[in-house]
Amino acid sequence: IDPMLKKRDDFEDILEERRNSSDLKYALRCYTPVLYKGVTPCTSSMLKSMVLQSDQLHYVINQVSKETGKATDDIKEEASAILEEMAQCLQLSTVRFFAFTLSKAFKTLFRSICVNEDGIQRLQQAIQEHPVVLLPSHRSYMDFLLMSYILYTYDVALPVIAAGMDFMGMKFVGEMLRMSGAFFIRRSFGGDKLYWALFSEYVKTMLKNGFAPVEFFLEGTRSRTSKSLTPKLGLLNIVMDPFLKGEVFDVNVVPVSISYERVLEETLYARELLGIPKPKESTSGLFKARKILSEDYGSIHVYFGQPVSVRSLAQGKVNRCQFNLVPRHIPRRPSEDIASFVNDSAYRLVRAQEENMVLKPWVLVASLLLQYHHQNQAAGQKRGIALGELTAQAVWLRDLSRQYGAFLHWPDHIPPSEVVSSSLTLHRGLVRICEDKVQLAVEQGPHSSVAPEEELLSQAVILLSCASYRNQALHVFVRPALLALAIHTASSNQKQEVFNSFSFLRNMFSNEFILCPGATVQDFEEACYLLVKTGALQFTQQEVLVTERGHRTLAFLSTMLDPFLQGYQVVCRFLCEEATETLTEKQFIPAVRKFIKKLLLAGRLRYMEVLSSDLQKNSLAALLRLGAVRKMKG
Amino acid sequence: MNYGSSVSGERLFAECKYSTQALHIILNLCQYLFFHRQEILKWNGWGYSDTRFLFNKKGQAEFTGKRYRLSGMIIPALQNWFEGTFGASVQHKSPAMPILTSSAVQPPTLNEAFVDELKSTGIPCSHDAEDRVFRGHGHCLHEVFALREGKVGRVPDIVVWPNCHNDVVKIVELACKHNVCLIPYGGGTSVSSALECPPEETRCIVSLDTSQMNRILWIDEKNLTAHVEAGIVGQELERLLNESGYCTGHEPDSMEFSSLGGWVATRASGMKKNIYGNIEDLVVHVKMVTPQGVIEKGCQCPRMSTGPDIHHFIMGSEGTLGVVTEVTMKIRPMPEYQKYGSVVFPNFEQGVACLREVAKQRCAPASIRLMDNEQFKFGHALKPQVSSIFTSFLDGLKKFYITKFKGFDPDRLCVATLLFEGDREKVLQHEKQVYDIAAKFGGLAAGEDNGQRGYMLTFVIAYLRDLGMDYYVIGESFETSVPWDRVLDICRNVKARIIQECKDKGVQFSPLSTCRVTQTYDAGACVYFYFAFNYRGLSDPVHVYEQVEHAAREEILANGGSLSHHHGVGKLRKEWMRETISDVGMGMLKSVKNYVDPKNIFGNRNLI
Repeated sequence: IDPMLKKRDDFEDILEERRNSSDLKYALRCYTPVLYKGVTPCTSSMLKSMVLQSDQLHYVINQVSKETGKATDDIKEEASAILEEMAQCLQLSTVRFFAFTLSKAFKTLFRSICVNEDGIQRLQQAIQEHPVVLLPSHRSYMDFLLMSYILYTYDVALPVIAAGMDFMGMKFVGEMLRMSGAFFIRRSFGGDKLYWALFSEYVKTMLKNGFAPVEFFLEGTRSRTSKSLTPKLGLLNIVMDPFLKGEVFDVNVVPVSISYERVLEETLYARELLGIPKPKESTSGLFKARKILSEDYGSIHVYFGQPVSVRSLAQGKVNRCQFNLVPRHIPRRPSEDIASFVNDSAYRLVRAQEENMVLKPWVLVASLLLQYHHQNQAAGQKRGIALGELTAQAVWLRDLSRQYGAFLHWPDHIPPSEVVSSSLTLHRGLVRICEDKVQLAVEQGPHSSVAPEEELLSQAVILLSCASYRNQALHVFVRPALLALAIHTASSNQKQEVFNSFSFLRNMFSNEFILCPGATVQDFEEACYLLVKTGALQFTQQEVLVTERGHRTLAFLSTMLDPFLQGYQVVCRFLCEEATETLTEKQFIPAVRKFIKKLLLAGRLRYMEVLSSDLQKNSLAALLRLGAVRKMKG
Repeated sequence: MNYGSSVSGERLFAECKYSTQALHIILNLCQYLFFHRQEILKWNGWGYSDTRFLFNKKGQAEFTGKRYRLSGMIIPALQNWFEGTFGASVQHKSPAMPILTSSAVQPPTLNEAFVDELKSTGIPCSHDAEDRVFRGHGHCLHEVFALREGKVGRVPDIVVWPNCHNDVVKIVELACKHNVCLIPYGGGTSVSSALECPPEETRCIVSLDTSQMNRILWIDEKNLTAHVEAGIVGQELERLLNESGYCTGHEPDSMEFSSLGGWVATRASGMKKNIYGNIEDLVVHVKMVTPQGVIEKGCQCPRMSTGPDIHHFIMGSEGTLGVVTEVTMKIRPMPEYQKYGSVVFPNFEQGVACLREVAKQRCAPASIRLMDNEQFKFGHALKPQVSSIFTSFLDGLKKFYITKFKGFDPDRLCVATLLFEGDREKVLQHEKQVYDIAAKFGGLAAGEDNGQRGYMLTFVIAYLRDLGMDYYVIGESFETSVPWDRVLDICRNVKARIIQECKDKGVQFSPLSTCRVTQTYDAGACVYFYFAFNYRGLSDPVHVYEQVEHAAREEILANGGSLSHHHGVGKLRKEWMRETISDVGMGMLKSVKNYVDPKNIFGNRNLI
């Protein structure tokens, strides 16, 4: 069996039942989830006192008291206040309220919400056996309400969710979310020992006692680009700690992949990446909200992945004896082996999310249209691609992506042309069809009355939105694409040369894509395997040869990475030409943006995507990591 | 005065064996009785030959013999518990080979020069197959399992029975002169593969059986010490001391069979260590014969500041440095009063918290043990048939009171067993103090009977293993010590690891995985695990068993537990020694070995 052909579960649409039966009844129905077998029954307020009475907190309070000279009672009070601000107070009534209102909203917004029931079953089992951590991908504000909604629907224990403090800005909404299980963390609390102790102890207490599954976003924030983000390790460290210290036998981590056919925040994200200020929250905002409700956002696919046992992840990688010589409640920096274990695990888990991300045909169509757009632009043509040709190419790409193991939801019982047209219809804001020719909805021409810079930005919004759909498929193609690019850039066909080139590119792009640390050889082998399997490459003893039919594949793949390559190049150029000693981190994005805009307006850059602040930040991070750029203090 | 009165006559005959032809037949008989322990003890299982569990024709469990409180009784609940816990059936038997076929035993590799000189000293010896097999194993599962199947690996080539310290000196001198390997043998109760002959050993292996050195040489009532030969077995030592109104109070679970020398060589621990101390607290003076000569201190002082205590090279040396021949031990007047007791807790967590508090207040009784829920049920299954309707009615009432009235969950509650010792008034006072603490943790006093039965379990558990092995069930116990803050975690994780490993290794039935906190200290506790499973459907059950035990030990170490609290290291746990005592620690032990025994005469290869 081909290891790339992964077996995946079937989906069930949970909205179907909602359309056929009473929402009120659903919201009020009997809810009796299965709990962790070792659960110690306790309330939200008992949790707080358990945290305040924990050894860890006692230790840190005394430590802070010694360092600052403050009385321990004052610090205790401070701690109690912080905990008040942080803690969730999960209430079933609030969840029922959301179950009702969200049912209404979801039915108007989405055609279907598809969930793999087998995954739910596995989750149910996992919850019973060990404390569970839920790790959904994060593409929308909707994610965590959607998660709780689904779990409520299936009678699974409701999670407590780590949320950013920004929600708390909206007083009423914040409290509602708190009552539906959210607990709030300050975005940055750098060296605040007390805060860290409270926060980590709070999460661990909930986890260890099996109070509820703990849910957080490994990516830390919503991905504005639809690419998976480099995982943040703080919370993962915290939830793995009870296992590593032997306080629980195991922790089950369940990656969840949520894919939206159309992301609600689609153009909002593009604007944010381009640095276009948000429209003022006002009546127009309300108007927008109504507009959102009237639109069709297609379907959502939620895939609950295989529960991952932290114990089995750690097998042979971490020496748990390292906690034998110091009392476990004394906070310590994680040792090197633990740090790298957590980091590796985080990447594996993000990869697991990626693998089960459902891709819609539109993702392939958008990739093709983007490439077509740039080729035409270069050739000076302005006409679109014929629908028939687009369909043919989409079918080619469909087959390729399937061979690469993509989780593609392409309805095979419908003629491909219909599949493509219906994708185009759903995303009509991004494409224009005129006389059977399809092109991106990018207004061009000297006749428009708007200022060129404004026009540039409005075009860029469309292109970045489109690119965000292409990005959904990047994890499928990135390894072969890096190889394609490596073959293209290597000085010879020698295997070693190609590998070196691959390794360099992979290293450079490791802030951009999810590439597991230290897995260069595996990634190279996987890429080779895929390209050889699909007949695009041949290997001789020493050389790598592109076959006749391989050229098309390789061209497509390397073109896919072109915008990123150009982005990194232009950032380098900026740093060489414009950067001075006084450039601060804060000034970097505006400055590089200005520089790029100038080049784009002058027609000296092909890809508007390079305007994306995400790309710019990643390239700076990569350059820092590679030692090409240095950070100076002061 | 000869304290070893019961065996001394026969010993006299035995010593004559090589000089008087006329007594040949009688002598043979005598040697048979007293050198061949296998006639009183099982050759392929635990304990006395006359004592065993069996399921009778009605399927009811019986305990045969007359030696124990439970002997001769019917145990009605055991079959149900046994079948329910293991998924075993009394219909499915896996009987042991009844007798040893001597063809299974390899002929001895004899060092003729050594044997000749040994015979000229008059010290009795034998290379009879049964004698050799009996001394070639301890009581690890794999050892007993192999014997039941009639399989015998490398065993000693010759067994020698020294009668006193000087005999041992002679034997060690000869061993050095002729380069033979010596393995000291005391009670044979090792559970660390310590008695296994290293298969790679090519020299003649001599088993040095200390059983004939079993006299109390003197009692010093001024200093409350007794000077005893190291071959004496625990229960015999207590019996003889009791005759003079004294005791050592050292009662390891194996005390019926294990020897004083063995305790010293493995750093043994006794059930009543809270009053009397562990072996290291009891020993005042030790004499050990090594290839370099005899090591001993020049006085019998209670404590010295004279560099590292040389006793600590001897204690725990596991037969790698020499033979312990004589020990001066502390003795105490026999206690006036003994009282058992028990406390039921709603759950294990509360029970551990109570034991911790008792340890903190330093008011632990002679013994305090906390059994988990599974072990509590196990103990209950061993209740003998009740004599009257009234007692069974009372039992029912008690059960009702605890589970219904007090709201204890029968699947979570656990029981602590207690043993108080001392003068009557103090015992009663002490008892009240402990019960008051227990009450703070939700503990309910549950009677003397439950307590006593708890302690009985320790003595019969090894017999029960033999019963299990008759019905496709294998198991073992192992122990560790752990800081207080880790006790709950280690209990939970090791038990869960055992269950998971069994599942992963293809065991078809869920195993019994249970533990008890069996000793308390200021800074931690000793935890004992029992683990057993039904091996039907497995092609190599012993290998599976060993893998699971290995994993369980790794789990213990990962949870901050020790490699061993009192069983020792032997060869079974050698692989973890380096991480346990560090490279330098290993180097220290090795350099001691190199100095004391450069030719590796004491070649059992235990410990390092």
